Amino acid sequence: MFAFLVRRISQAVFVMLVISLLGFSIRHQIGDPVRDLVGVSVSVAEREALRDELGLNDPFHVQYLRFLKGLLKGDLGQSFFFKKPALDVILAKMPATLELVFCAGVIIVVFSVPLGMYAAIRPKSFFSRLIMGGSIVGVSIPVFLTAILLIYLFSVILGWLPSYGRGELVMVGGWQTGMLTADGWLHLILPSIALSSIMLPLFIRLIRSEMMEVLETEYIRFAHAKGLSKVRVWLVHGFRNTLLPVITVGGVQIGTMIAFTILTETVFQWHGMGFMFLEAVQRADTSLLVAYLMVVGFLFVVVNTLVDILYGIVNPKVRVSGRQ
Amino acid sequence: MNHLLEIRDLEVRFALRSGDLTAIDRIGFTLEKGERMGLVGESGAGKSVTGFSILNLISKPGYIAGGSIFFRGKDLAALSPEEMRSVRGNRISMIFQDPMMTLNPVMTIGDQMTESLMAHRKISRASAEALAVEKLQAVHIPSPEARLRQYPHEFSGGMRQRIVIAIALLTDPDLIIADEPTTALDVTIQAEIMDLLLELCTLKDMAMILITHDLGVVSQVTEKIAVMYAGKIVETGSTENIVARPQHPYTQGLIRALPGSREPGSRLYQIPGSMPNLSAIPKGCAFHPRCERAEEVCRREVPELLKRGTFQRLVACHLVGV
Repeated sequence: MFAFLVRRISQAVFVMLVISLLGFSIRHQIGDPVRDLVGVSVSVAEREALRDELGLNDPFHVQYLRFLKGLLKGDLGQSFFFKKPALDVILAKMPATLELVFCAGVIIVVFSVPLGMYAAIRPKSFFSRLIMGGSIVGVSIPVFLTAILLIYLFSVILGWLPSYGRGELVMVGGWQTGMLTADGWLHLILPSIALSSIMLPLFIRLIRSEMMEVLETEYIRFAHAKGLSKVRVWLVHGFRNTLLPVITVGGVQIGTMIAFTILTETVFQWHGMGFMFLEAVQRADTSLLVAYLMVVGFLFVVVNTLVDILYGIVNPKVRVSGRQ
Repeated sequence: MNHLLEIRDLEVRFALRSGDLTAIDRIGFTLEKGERMGLVGESGAGKSVTGFSILNLISKPGYIAGGSIFFRGKDLAALSPEEMRSVRGNRISMIFQDPMMTLNPVMTIGDQMTESLMAHRKISRASAEALAVEKLQAVHIPSPEARLRQYPHEFSGGMRQRIVIAIALLTDPDLIIADEPTTALDVTIQAEIMDLLLELCTLKDMAMILITHDLGVVSQVTEKIAVMYAGKIVETGSTENIVARPQHPYTQGLIRALPGSREPGSRLYQIPGSMPNLSAIPKGCAFHPRCERAEEVCRREVPELLKRGTFQRLVACHLVGV
């Protein structure tokens, strides 16, 4: 376990270094933060002074090393626009995004597992064909379009659900949550459905195909020959083996979902990290952008490590090789 | 009707888009309590399908199209799925070909053993485990208590097959169907496993159907033989009798093909041609294109499985004197 962690952490550090280098390289290409900060009425000399003050005139490697040094102290740089540490800005927006991703994740798990398994067990039934057909449609429609359609149907025509914002929020120890008020939950519904609309069909299809493969194996046949009930064969013998590849893919997809929040949050005016990211792009707040990349990259690495550990719990073969 | 197992006119078909294929063509045999029978033939003869159809476990699109399978007086082919489940792994157990594939890779041996017991009996987990330990001892697995906590990949192929046999034995079944139980194992392990099966059958007075292509193994373990070809039984009788004096040209070919029957260093005999595809079974006797002695009548008429000649057995061949 210790060797595993050391290996993992060194990999993570390497990944973070690559992300920071990439993020840093593009930050000079996105736009001029000074122009956005000061407007047109400021003289060239004053602009240069501001540039010097922000350290934007130093050579690339000096800026990058300064950034890395700050990184070691947990300092991701100052947001040009907010004039605050970039990390603080991101952390303030993070609860909104995490709540959204969490709800979408719950939707995905709750629906993809039973639907995928059903479609695998009864591949020829009408309902299975409906699931598979529906999942193709779901995969094909882009998130922002799904979001707009949802708003049109449930907010504009039916008027059941709010179309934007997070609703009534409660502060719990620095975490601004919408999950403690009924209004907050109402506001969560549409964005979570929209966010899950791409991954849910993917997971249904993945679970179905893996489960169908597992159901063809000899050990499933042997389990039937032992006289076990069908439900036990499917759930205990079939599903656990199906889980292995699903967890592997799933881990990567959770990370991807954090990135997908950019689209969903924009459509729903959801003030999370994704929304902040787009604003930062428009304001050419490049240090905030780099900080965002670092934070999302970090989340990616953490999620993948958790997934690897989870994989070891489900797959005994991995556990043994880790022990050696 | 005092047989342990009596199969009558069993017919198994596979429903394909191009039409039904007959995999088992009206076969029949009986098995007494504690009796061991060999089901012999090349790949594709329908041996395994016969074994699986007894437990109603033929994989789709296969189905039992006709006939009856009487086991202790009840027709298995007519049981409800729930009644069938109470027979499977309880009164009739099955051992599969490849022990590397038979056990679930993500469950401990203990879980895979106790769940089988708990599916058939009202039994606590602790006493189920005690029984599992007892059966592991019976198949000669050292330190069985510790082994219960291990996963299949921690065992060798021979050990896994022993575990599979232990699982099959858990409920002290009346009949074990062993589908090529040694084919996937090393030659040295093969003999051990066969000895073990023989020992356990004798000890518990258990009947066994041994499905194999190896007449050598069958002759050491079983009391009677049914030779299958293209979904039919072509010769059946006592093992001793058939091995010593095979009547059907196919059985004769199988016995001539055994390495032991040749001079060391000489070429091994092989039956010319190969088993016909189920979709293109020749007219008349299905074996006639490969038969060295085929005559006009063999091409025309399907020979019936009858008592022919002077020996105590049934043969389906026109050329064996009636």
